[in-house]
Amino acid sequence: MSIRHGLLALLERGPRYGSQLRTEFESRTGSTWPLNVGQVYTTLSRLERDGMVAQGGEDAAGHALYAITDSGRAELRTWFEKPVDRTSPARDELAIKLAMAVGAPNVDIRDVIQSQRRHTVKAMQDYTRLKAQALIAVETGGARERDDVAWLLVLEQLIFQTEAEARWLDHCESRLIRLSATAAETGSATATTAGGATGGAVGAASGGTAGASTATAPNGVDATPTEAASPAGGAR
Amino acid sequence: MSAQQPVLQLQNLTRVHGAGATEVHALRGIDLAVYPGELVAVMGPSGSGKSTLLTIAGGLDAPTSGRVIVEDTDITTASVKELAALRRRSIGYVFQDYNLIPALTAAENVALPRELDGTSSRKARVEALKALEEMGLGHLADRFPDEMSGGQQQRVAIARALVGERRLVLADEPTGALDSETGESVLALLRSRCDAGAAGVLVTHEPRFAAWADRVVFLRDGAIVDQTVRSEADSLLSGQVAEA
Repeated sequence: MSIRHGLLALLERGPRYGSQLRTEFESRTGSTWPLNVGQVYTTLSRLERDGMVAQGGEDAAGHALYAITDSGRAELRTWFEKPVDRTSPARDELAIKLAMAVGAPNVDIRDVIQSQRRHTVKAMQDYTRLKAQALIAVETGGARERDDVAWLLVLEQLIFQTEAEARWLDHCESRLIRLSATAAETGSATATTAGGATGGAVGAASGGTAGASTATAPNGVDATPTEAASPAGGAR
Repeated sequence: MSAQQPVLQLQNLTRVHGAGATEVHALRGIDLAVYPGELVAVMGPSGSGKSTLLTIAGGLDAPTSGRVIVEDTDITTASVKELAALRRRSIGYVFQDYNLIPALTAAENVALPRELDGTSSRKARVEALKALEEMGLGHLADRFPDEMSGGQQQRVAIARALVGERRLVLADEPTGALDSETGESVLALLRSRCDAGAAGVLVTHEPRFAAWADRVVFLRDGAIVDQTVRSEADSLLSGQVAEA
């Protein structure tokens, strides 16, 4: 779906041919979601079938050009206006894995959490390094500035997403520690049901896969009160 | 990098608070080496020992056992005088609440450790201005702390931590009091100082800030349980990236 609208957005700037669309799509998104030319032409022919683009002549080199139609423009407006649907979350392998790890025999859930945390933080380090380069590119400006800004936004989305995941992992870990401490306190009589209680808690946590709701630090006790942070608007 | 001498070495470091029934093992056998040009982030839940690690690395607290070597000096066996000199000359600290002296301008704050070390005030000021210029803070030289935003104060604190020949900066939650974007600009500055040859240790519970480091060390219950090293830029995502 997003490829379709991505192509329409590019075509709104003027007629283009297939491999040109692919190049422009990738430079906007830093090849985070690589496209092959086949996908581009398949999508274009569907858009043509639906009356949203039309073939319109050739450029000097003989490339067949596609142009956006009025109904394509209307579709594009609707896409920009409508929020992306979050009510039916995509299947998330990590959430499923942790939900299954709760109470699973021969699985140390803290090890599962830590190995994911290492992987996730490493991904953040890599994205952050790319972001530092993208920031320099944006600040030094240039002909490709619009692409650089778009790429920066995509990178930051990846960083925020991995951050939410890292925070959620912290949260799961401290939740599990608290629950097992509670189970220990209430004694052996209820200890047998502790596994079940834990299962419910993690199941609930994994329901919020988007992770945004876990944005508070799990270790709230660490948050030393400080003087009000000064506004930084004048920093540059 | 590996051919170089580490700026900071922690060897089998332990720290026990209290004794007997109330004994708490804050650090249990920490080994860590930080090289010039390297920024290491230390992450862990509260109580995992991250701040203890940093205060011992900076000579503000003594370990129960183990060694702390800064440049070539073992600070666990150094005299009080040697330790004080090392703290003035080799180790810079950045705290969450900036800790600039309110009655001094930015340049005077940055010059202070040099003056305390016996440099003439004229020379210390020249060095301070140079440090501020290098970090793009020259325009703040004559401002007092209360005339600067939090982010500006924290950047001045980084200049103070690295003025003169100092190559080791220890930062304890330096972004804790800053909003997200300002915190990021502080990290970008710390990163650029490390790229210019300093060694940095950053304690944070924010993964997004830790992600600026070359290496992220995970601490739990006083021990390093895991660590991650970032990839070389060339191998990331795909070829397109190199020209971004």
